[in-house]
Amino acid sequence: MSEQVLPIPDDITTPWWEATKEGKFLLQTCLECQHVQHYPRAVCIQCAGSQLHWVESAGQGVVDSYTVVHRAPSPAFTAPYVIARVQLSEGPTMLTRIVGAEESELACDLPVTLAWDSLSDGHQLPVFQVINSKQQ
Amino acid sequence: MSANTAIVGAAESDLGVTNASILTLQSQAITRALADAGLSLSDVDGLATSGVSRFSATQVADYLGIQPSWSDSTFAGGSAYEMYIARASQAIAAGQASTIVISFASNQRSARSRSLGGVVETHTPEAQFESPYGPLFPLSYYAMAAQRYMHDYGATRADLAQVAVLAREWALLNPKAFRYDAGPLTVDEVLAAPMMSSPLTTADCCLVTDGGGAVVVTSLERARDLAKPPVQILGYGESTTNTSMSQVPLLPTGAVASGKAAFSLAGLSPSDVDVVALYDSFTITVLLSLEALGFCEPGEAASLVASDRVRPGGDIPLNTSGGGLSYCHPGQYGVLLLVEAVRQLRGEAGARQVSNPQVALAHGTGGILSTHATVLLGVDR
Ligand SMILES: [Zn+2]
Repeated sequence: MSEQVLPIPDDITTPWWEATKEGKFLLQTCLECQHVQHYPRAVCIQCAGSQLHWVESAGQGVVDSYTVVHRAPSPAFTAPYVIARVQLSEGPTMLTRIVGAEESELACDLPVTLAWDSLSDGHQLPVFQVINSKQQ
Repeated sequence: MSANTAIVGAAESDLGVTNASILTLQSQAITRALADAGLSLSDVDGLATSGVSRFSATQVADYLGIQPSWSDSTFAGGSAYEMYIARASQAIAAGQASTIVISFASNQRSARSRSLGGVVETHTPEAQFESPYGPLFPLSYYAMAAQRYMHDYGATRADLAQVAVLAREWALLNPKAFRYDAGPLTVDEVLAAPMMSSPLTTADCCLVTDGGGAVVVTSLERARDLAKPPVQILGYGESTTNTSMSQVPLLPTGAVASGKAAFSLAGLSPSDVDVVALYDSFTITVLLSLEALGFCEPGEAASLVASDRVRPGGDIPLNTSGGGLSYCHPGQYGVLLLVEAVRQLRGEAGARQVSNPQVALAHGTGGILSTHATVLLGVDR
């Protein structure tokens, strides 16, 4: 892939992106109400608290929904590939990619597990793979 | 209790492939809508528009040489124009303005300004946590909503395709429609069209055209002295739900809340509606909106769309202009929903005219099922 779409970490998200370099997928947890959220924010969206700390995700989830992209939005991407919403076992839902699976293997509510995709700036992107995929 | 305001003028700009600038098309839409009302630019003291520049309403006011006492450039995608109806009604009731123009125009087809990846600003969470995965924007979000809908209710791609087939049937009755001369569309043709973001093909997606429109709003009392019969603003409601692709459930949409608010304000229910104009950005959008607004139960929209009830001659005529799928889609189609609703209520819709409608619903959807706004309009009684 050329001209990757690279993230620009900010005051809140820099620790999150740094952790990806070590293969750690972090989630924010609120010290006041224990709410878990992702993407990271300056505020807890359940109680408006600002005492948020990082916990490592177990990397397990289920596919909420998915789509196979057949026409890439830019030369940075090579179609086809699978975009998905994955609901993590900790609660939050995230946008991600499902890698190493055939379209016929995909379904809503399918269990998936964490994998990583390298970015050219040294960060890694959390992606997911189908558990016991025929492709592996 | 209704708003005591009315739409008194409605018009389109040139549509299709115009090779005209955005401000040329804006000028056409606005001056034509004012002429329709028997008013002129010097009567305008309020302006709501979007999609022109960073200072959209200010830009158009400058271009037209007016200094309005009220303006609104709320940027909410295609539903903004239904939102402007609410704000315009409130501004008129509060005495801030008496004659408000709501307008939009785009030359996106001539200018080739549409991009598959959309526009994501680098400082937003989406730029860090979603864009790196490469979703099509907005298409991939609607595709995931469609996939989830099919999973939950056992609907098929053919059920989605019926929405595009219906839009084409209506467009064949509208000489202004981009697909007026294209002939009927079949389910098989939709299914065979190139896949974009599964399960949606190019034929499940709205057109990319130039075009625009404008409506003129004033008090109901004043409306009764103007050129055309007033179209009363009976109710409105809105809901703002998400900018990202991950933070709210895909189903149901914010149209549940916007519809409930609009029907409550108007003291009406879906069975009172005689003509329905829903933003059909994609085929799935129509199924989701029909259910969310209460025209049928969850999971039943596919059978409703496949029935005669939504076709010419039916009791729930749906997207009578041919919609964004077959009539015109200039990027923020919401203003054209209002134009069509007004024409139907005035009996000006030609070959596609619905028989004696009293109440029309216009429902806008913006972004990635991000903003939802419902307007109920009625014949003055
Ligand atoms: Zn909290």
